[in-house]
Amino acid sequence: MLSAAAGNVRTGAKGDRSRRSWRAHVVPLCFVAPAALLLGIWLIYPVLYTVVRSFFDRSGEHWIGVGNYVELFTSDFLVTAIKNNALWVAVVPAVVTAFGLILAVLTERISWGTAFRLVVFMPMAISLFTAGVIWRLVYEKEPDRGALNAVIAAGQETLRPAGKLAEAVPSTSAVREQPAGGLALAKSLSPGDVALLGLTQIPTSEVPKGGVDAVRPRSLSSGVTGVVWRDFRPGGGAPGRVERGELGLGTVAVELRDERGQMISETTTEIDGTFAFEQVPRGSYVVSIAAQNFERPFEGIAWLGASLITPAIMIAYTWVWTGFALVVIAAGLAVLPRELLEAARLDGASESQVLRHITVPLLAPVLTAVFVTMLINVLKVFDVVLAIAPGSVQDDANVIALAMWRTAFGGKNDFGLASAIAVLLLVLVLPSLFLNMRRFRRQA
Amino acid sequence: MTASGIPINNRPNLPRSPVAAALLRSVARTPLNVLLATVALLWLIPTLGLFLTSLLSPVEISQGGWWRVLSQPALLTVENYKDILANEAITSALTTTLWVSVGGTAATLLLAAFTAYAFAWLEFPGRDWLFLCVVALLVVPVQMTLIPLFSLYNNVGLFDTVLGLILFHTAFGLPFSIFLLRNFFLGIPKDLFEAGRIDGGSTLQLFWRIALPLGRPALASLAIFEFLWNWNDFLIALTFGRDTQVVTVAIFSQLRQYGSNIELIAPASFLSLALPLVVFFAFQRSFASGLLAGSVD
Repeated sequence: MLSAAAGNVRTGAKGDRSRRSWRAHVVPLCFVAPAALLLGIWLIYPVLYTVVRSFFDRSGEHWIGVGNYVELFTSDFLVTAIKNNALWVAVVPAVVTAFGLILAVLTERISWGTAFRLVVFMPMAISLFTAGVIWRLVYEKEPDRGALNAVIAAGQETLRPAGKLAEAVPSTSAVREQPAGGLALAKSLSPGDVALLGLTQIPTSEVPKGGVDAVRPRSLSSGVTGVVWRDFRPGGGAPGRVERGELGLGTVAVELRDERGQMISETTTEIDGTFAFEQVPRGSYVVSIAAQNFERPFEGIAWLGASLITPAIMIAYTWVWTGFALVVIAAGLAVLPRELLEAARLDGASESQVLRHITVPLLAPVLTAVFVTMLINVLKVFDVVLAIAPGSVQDDANVIALAMWRTAFGGKNDFGLASAIAVLLLVLVLPSLFLNMRRFRRQA
Repeated sequence: MTASGIPINNRPNLPRSPVAAALLRSVARTPLNVLLATVALLWLIPTLGLFLTSLLSPVEISQGGWWRVLSQPALLTVENYKDILANEAITSALTTTLWVSVGGTAATLLLAAFTAYAFAWLEFPGRDWLFLCVVALLVVPVQMTLIPLFSLYNNVGLFDTVLGLILFHTAFGLPFSIFLLRNFFLGIPKDLFEAGRIDGGSTLQLFWRIALPLGRPALASLAIFEFLWNWNDFLIALTFGRDTQVVTVAIFSQLRQYGSNIELIAPASFLSLALPLVVFFAFQRSFASGLLAGSVD
């Protein structure tokens, strides 16, 4: 290796040899000194200080030994953070690496693979904080604001549409709520009886347009008849009686059950609200408005609530980092020996066999690098948690880096304990230092 | 892309024309194309949602989701952007972010280039140990430095200043930058330096005339990388600033009263990610190669 020192010695005359070698040391030092100074003040001194500080109490005046470390593993606040971080470590690096691998293999087979990788990689350019804001919008609870719940609501609406009587309640105590859902006449009926099922509190928006007045049906000697109607008219009206100006409720599902609850027959109401069960044998029966009429509309999953917050943040984080895994693994894939893969395919290996027995083993170093990088990233996760988790669930979403910040700067102002948390973080990422060292030695 | 096309071409009775063959291949891959198109949409929609929300008036935002604009484009308006560009807190945050990012990037690159050159081509006592030390510093979590530097910043008046943020970013950008540039400089042929030395070039001249120009690709991707890293920072600016706010911190302080002021958060967030996206799309090649250099051998 050519170096200033060697060069100078070679050309230097006897007399000024010592002066030259002095210069040969000074020049490199001038190159290195500014950076060394910055690294010394901003990195090395703080690391040493933090380690020492972690053995002192909040005020920094009293040595308390491992007191802070004991608290680290006993206080609820911190144990939650450590547990959550363990979940992050267990789930996210593996998922991100797997996604990256699958997408890298698949994009090789489409003509627009470059464009696809660009799209998936794009979130990497955005700050983790802003990515958090983006996902906080996605996770809004009301289905008409949060995109995710909107999609679920649309799916729900096709599978189990909301009933048009979702808000309705009985107008009199003659109609009662049933344990299984739906409303039934409290009194049991026999053939020849007429069931009056009056409902109120139906919002004007839900009242059918072009509806007709309810009609009290005639009784049927061998059957049960009845009416479902809006037992309310402008000005009031008497509850329990079918009056002029009160609308019949059409297309409502009505059920006839025997006394043991066994379904005998079901029908739907006419436009004037009337219905009839014909040819009913003697006996006593219960008439009810079926439960599905009262099915409430989907109200949204609380993604930002205490129980789902950590998975929700993990999804956002995976969205950000999959692009990284994809691009790195695709680059590794591009330099794999194609002949090997082709040979296996010609020998009749299925695509999944090729992937499992050839691609993955050959890619092992790249996959490991991605996995380890993600492991370290996940241990330090911070921005995205603070951006997505509303203040009320930050305790539930807590992770080590966030716990450290909140302990030091978020109101607790306990620099001793916060230092101990930072040291824990350092100890956890330390194994990656040895990996770095090994890589460096291999290169050197 | 050609790999699994082979079986199709082997069958004798298929059309020979390349257009027909390509058509057949794409039909055979329709399920895969649909699947990947769905994935691509999943990756685009969240950001699109933020963008379209930022283009809705506050009244419309409270009435329902951004997807309504797909059927009612008339709802779109740039009012929110006009408002936040008149909002002093946001504009000054954007300016601060720009200063911090540019300053931090320039300082990191300059210092790292000198240091990396010394590590690669100069001889001095303890060189390899020092470099090992730099490699070790690569893994230090920011959290390890926050508390002592918070006290230090308060004592020397760096707290809540743009300079304080620039110095912090510079120091934290150094280990990676030195590592990357040293490896790059080592790849420059030795003969070039020897020839320069024989022509009477000083160490500084060799650095300036040979190493820096040849190192341009590495410096470029490093510059993009550092710029984005600084621009996207949240934790450091949150800890070491109060009135000196970068844009992520400014948004965060709005986020605390979330729901009422989404018409401010959405456009501000979009502005804060617009520049990185432009940088990313303009320099995607350098960006990806910088990333690769950082993570894989």
